[in-house]
Amino acid sequence: MLSQESLQQIDREIAKYPPGKQQSAIISALRIAQQEKGWLPKEVIEFVAGYIGIPPIAAWEVASFYGMYDLAHIGRHKITVCTNLPCALSGGVHAAEYLKKKLGIDFNETTPDGMFTLKEGECMGACGDAPVLLHNNHRMCSFMTAEKIDQMLADLEKQ
Amino acid sequence: MSEHRLILAGLDGDRTWRLQDYVARGGYEAFRKIIAEKTPPDVIIAELKASDLRGRGGAGFPTGLKWSFMPRSFPGDKYLACNSDEGEPGTFKDRDILRYNPHTVIEGMLIGAYAMGCTRGYNYIHGEIFEVYLRFEEALDEARAAGLLGQNILGSDFSFELFAHHGFGAYICGEETALLESIEGKKGQPRFKPPFPASYGLYGKPTTVNNTETFASVPFIMKMGGKAFQGLGKPNNGGAKLFSVSGHVRKPGNYELELGTPFSELLSMAGGMRAGRKLKAVIPGGSSAPVVPADIMMDCTMDFDSIAKAGSMLGSGAVIVMDETTCMVRALERLSRFYHEESCGQCTPCREGTGWLYRVVHRIEVGIGRPEDLDLLRSVAGNISGRTVCALGDAAAGPVQSFVKHFADEFEYHIENKKCLVPPAVQDTGSQIYVSQSC
Amino acid sequence: MLDIEIDGKAVQVPEGSTVMDAATLAGITIPHFCYHKKLSIAASCRMCLVQVEKAPKPLPACATPVTNGMKVWTRSKVALQAQKGVMEFLLINHPLDCPVCDQGGECLLQDLAVGYGGAHARYQEEKRVFVNKNYGPLIASESSRCINCTRCVRFTAEIGGEMELGQAFRGDHAEIMTFLGRAVDSELSGNVIDLCPVGALTSKPFRYSARTWELSRRRSVSPHDSLGTNLIVQTKNDVVKRVLPLNNDQLNECWLADRDRFSYEALTGEQRLLQPMMRNGEDWHSESWQKVLPFVSSALRAVVSEQGGQALGALASPHSTIEELYLLQKLVRGLGSENVDFRLRRHDFRSDAVRAGVPWLGMTVVDVHDLDSILIIGSFLRKDAPLLAQKVRHSAMRHGLQVCTVGPNAEDWRMPMATRALVPPSEMVDTLAAVAAALAMKTGKALSETLEARAPTEISDDARAIAQSLADGEKAAVWLGNLAEQHPRAAELHLWAQEIARLSGASFGFVGEAANSVGGYLANAVPGDGGLDARSMIESPRHAYLLLGAEPDLDFADGVAAMEAMNRARLVVAISAFDSPALRQVADVLLPLAPFTETPGTFVNCIGDTQSFEASTHSRGDSRPGWKILRVLGNLLELPGFDQDHFESARDEALGDGGDFRARLNNAIGNVPVATPSEPRAGSLQRVADVPVYFADPLVRRAPSLQKTADAAQPVARMPSVTMAALGVQPSDRVRVTGTGGAVELQVVADENLAPGCVRIAAAHVSTVPLGPLHGELSVERL
Repeated sequence: MLSQESLQQIDREIAKYPPGKQQSAIISALRIAQQEKGWLPKEVIEFVAGYIGIPPIAAWEVASFYGMYDLAHIGRHKITVCTNLPCALSGGVHAAEYLKKKLGIDFNETTPDGMFTLKEGECMGACGDAPVLLHNNHRMCSFMTAEKIDQMLADLEKQ
Repeated sequence: MSEHRLILAGLDGDRTWRLQDYVARGGYEAFRKIIAEKTPPDVIIAELKASDLRGRGGAGFPTGLKWSFMPRSFPGDKYLACNSDEGEPGTFKDRDILRYNPHTVIEGMLIGAYAMGCTRGYNYIHGEIFEVYLRFEEALDEARAAGLLGQNILGSDFSFELFAHHGFGAYICGEETALLESIEGKKGQPRFKPPFPASYGLYGKPTTVNNTETFASVPFIMKMGGKAFQGLGKPNNGGAKLFSVSGHVRKPGNYELELGTPFSELLSMAGGMRAGRKLKAVIPGGSSAPVVPADIMMDCTMDFDSIAKAGSMLGSGAVIVMDETTCMVRALERLSRFYHEESCGQCTPCREGTGWLYRVVHRIEVGIGRPEDLDLLRSVAGNISGRTVCALGDAAAGPVQSFVKHFADEFEYHIENKKCLVPPAVQDTGSQIYVSQSC
Repeated sequence: MLDIEIDGKAVQVPEGSTVMDAATLAGITIPHFCYHKKLSIAASCRMCLVQVEKAPKPLPACATPVTNGMKVWTRSKVALQAQKGVMEFLLINHPLDCPVCDQGGECLLQDLAVGYGGAHARYQEEKRVFVNKNYGPLIASESSRCINCTRCVRFTAEIGGEMELGQAFRGDHAEIMTFLGRAVDSELSGNVIDLCPVGALTSKPFRYSARTWELSRRRSVSPHDSLGTNLIVQTKNDVVKRVLPLNNDQLNECWLADRDRFSYEALTGEQRLLQPMMRNGEDWHSESWQKVLPFVSSALRAVVSEQGGQALGALASPHSTIEELYLLQKLVRGLGSENVDFRLRRHDFRSDAVRAGVPWLGMTVVDVHDLDSILIIGSFLRKDAPLLAQKVRHSAMRHGLQVCTVGPNAEDWRMPMATRALVPPSEMVDTLAAVAAALAMKTGKALSETLEARAPTEISDDARAIAQSLADGEKAAVWLGNLAEQHPRAAELHLWAQEIARLSGASFGFVGEAANSVGGYLANAVPGDGGLDARSMIESPRHAYLLLGAEPDLDFADGVAAMEAMNRARLVVAISAFDSPALRQVADVLLPLAPFTETPGTFVNCIGDTQSFEASTHSRGDSRPGWKILRVLGNLLELPGFDQDHFESARDEALGDGGDFRARLNNAIGNVPVATPSEPRAGSLQRVADVPVYFADPLVRRAPSLQKTADAAQPVARMPSVTMAALGVQPSDRVRVTGTGGAVELQVVADENLAPGCVRIAAAHVSTVPLGPLHGELSVERL
């Protein structure tokens, strides 16, 4: 179900916790699985739960509780824009609107070519860098002016 | 008073975070001294108490006192957790500390573990700053390689294992018991207290949770002495502290100041108001803190007691600055949406009440508010606050209560006229700065 | 002790009490939803907020520890304001569908809304709607009614032993569900219906069939397993509509196994026998009691006068009442026969000659709580006795009870297990001997003289670990399960269990298969001098059989042999609540028996509690209470002592004056020699037969909703992969399995929780009856 590399990464996470407390690694393990699969189909969640040794519903609780897991198919690039108050005072909403217009999609939608999915995020702890957005959960992009957004999209399309 | 850099001192962005840089700045000296001199834990805690260091995460609880709660004689594992789950709108200091000076957090945790007899620690890092998590992992590797973490540290009989744990998009995990639940691999739903983490924490074992900045301050306190650190601030408000300034200022960013510095100085450090506009209101301690109108704020100094006197909280030191073009209804709507989104769903008043608050504020904002809505907001907020398992309920109710209290006229205008007192065209939402071809 | 004042009432409570505990003690009710005395504290509904002196805000009574001198107000302005505030929040998204909600009339939310709810809704937005879930055939879901108290979630994890339900998503999207919409499979699942304070989880079989206020309530006792679970049987228009638990802290607490809760559906099933039936060649016709009983009486007389009393055998279900069992044996003995037995699935009766008394659990159920170590021999405990297993689980999860097993099966019991010695049936005796030998070494005590020579020289690690656990435990117990009782060398297992208990200072006893596994002995429904036991009555067929509540194909140690013996008999009289093809095949007369809800009666459970109950409804159709049928038969046969005018007279006769039979409960046995030849042979392919929880007795096997659950799935041939490899079969292969009785075709399922060389095939199901005995050697060929 998951690659050897992902399993090794999960093993490394499990090793961080005391014996018998491997449930602690479920958040990382699901993140690693999502990184490999693009999103989290239920079979993958069940597999990860079995690998960690917890009931599948316990893994599902976690997967559905934390906002950065994707429980449905998304595009190759997920762009999450912060529109919370501090960001909104400094262009966050405009960045989101710009992205919507540019990609022709609304929040929680994916471009027809399956390249981009747009999400509205909550505070990322980087309000000083507004507008900020997150690419595929792992890369934070700061001071996203229209020009920088154009550049980013162009770079991602090339990938 | 002015900017007083301790944690941020001598940093040069991404270039000076490594162990060697930290050591060159005098890093790990405090910890090495403790190990070499076998400083008794009581002495460390006494020093901390003398510093008047208060928790930097938001609640401002005296750190020395917290450390003294750990049961010294408890047999078996005791845990230490660092709360880097920084997701309170307006707060972005821990990210900078972790990416630019991670070793000061590690050293602070080492000293804490030594003083409290903890065997294992976790730094819980906000899921959205994944690059910072990776950097912290690297810093941990450096520390392990240097014999600063692991078994028999620096040849002593002190052992401490420290790991990084990341969140994945849940503001509530910044609440310390939710954070512990999350480290245990569960949903981040806060626990009812008592029991407090010091007696029943991670995996049911005694645990102390401190904020990133709190730990980062510890090495400096040990080096300069508690009294000297205390002297940077004012009584009961020891030391220097990071303030994250965002919103309508020219230079948003983190500023490390002595506590007690006038707000006006902080504002000018942040470049003053954008476009020279007039200050309207400030949220002085992160989105959960009650909003303070400009005139009251201008009289405040930046410390726990002064801000509390002004009816708000210093909180995490996140200063959200709003100018005269800000529509307070719209601002509140955005905050209420946040708390609605981030309620964990565990306890009734927060699960049901945050959504209700948001829906009422939203309808006022979109021009379908009703005359009775302000009373309703006050009543619903009142029914949430003080009745929930954790502080998120209060955090959701606080902004509503303070916005409605200080800016009732704007809300009433919205309801009566179905439009904003501040025309949308005038509102400064940053378009002119960031997206020139704004929509 | 701590002093606390609640609403002006002074009470003393033990250290560690909560304000809720104190209020209960003071007789003060604090409104609550998530709090439940048997579950962990969530403190999340916030309905129990009360005012506490010096506290800046109201505190939840369920989670606030009492401190000395504390003053609490549960109905002050502060408390009421908080409670009313919470009630409003609970109601804003709760549907207004009380008129069509099954919970109506017994809904905590409805009840408390009367006291704490407002008359007008201030919430004008659309209410939240969730899609209903499918939790299987037993539990109906109305998700939008849920108030997220999470009692059901905590139940599955804490009492059921495995988290099956969870609260997914967050905030006001939080929603209770299973993973992937799976059914809740726990054999205790129905308890979430009782726990749900609102109508989010209701009983699927009961759905829309009555309003709760229309129901009459009768106390009763479960006729299924040996625990004697206390029931409230609810009826409407003289029909059982629902069964609920009656709290009994010594036994079932507030829980029910699904079997106890849902088996009532069979009472009104089509297979109920509602009239006396008589055979006429191959045809059957109904007959009146007035005609059928004289016929039975004279037919019995004829057999006895022509062939002698010993020609008659009586075989009774262990689920029968004391009164039925007592009058049955009295009738048989009155006719000059000692051939009577209720231990129908048993094979080895050697202990009868050497037992000191009536076998029982050997301890109370409550004491399981304090055990440190337990060895359970030959048992499917979780399914055989779900609530007894729950007691063991509770102690294992909360108090670190070490649970060890010896047997061919190691299926998931949903509790922490210490050691499971997984050995085929042929090696169980040796494994116990090894445990005893290891214990002797550890404790320095000598093995009994008679057993010393039989002790093995080699001791497995498992045996050593079990011995260690028992030796370490200050309080230990050894239990023999149903599989041990049905084992071909049951008497030797019994003997070694006794030895292990002696060496470790443990108590020992039997789980017991059925509601009257202890009571059957007390009623003397066992063979006397020269009498035949259940096995012998089949192996040496009788001319006439009296069958009470038992089905010849499904309730015997060897259904094939039982059918054959009865087929050859001159007369078979079956007293039965149900009709069945097998009964019609063997019987000459079918007498309709009133099941437990339609007759008064008594069960003596595994701990020796005598529990009598009255009928919950009248007998359906022409069925009659068994004790009355037997009494009239006794009268017609002109036997002395059949003049009981009430069931209690029969009970008192059976159990002796004052029912004080405690001194007779005794598990001790004298020596039993090694069985020769030893069967099954070591190294052979051996059958392991479980009696699945919903196949176990005539009532459950006809309960339609229970029959739709996973536990009632069609039998398969389970075997570990090493055995599959040896046989050259794969999972899902169809195979022909041949036992001494005959062959059946089954599907192969891999099951690593079985000892090598074992094939687990469920018993008590028509599809596996042809195999014959529950234990023994099998051959398997791939089709």
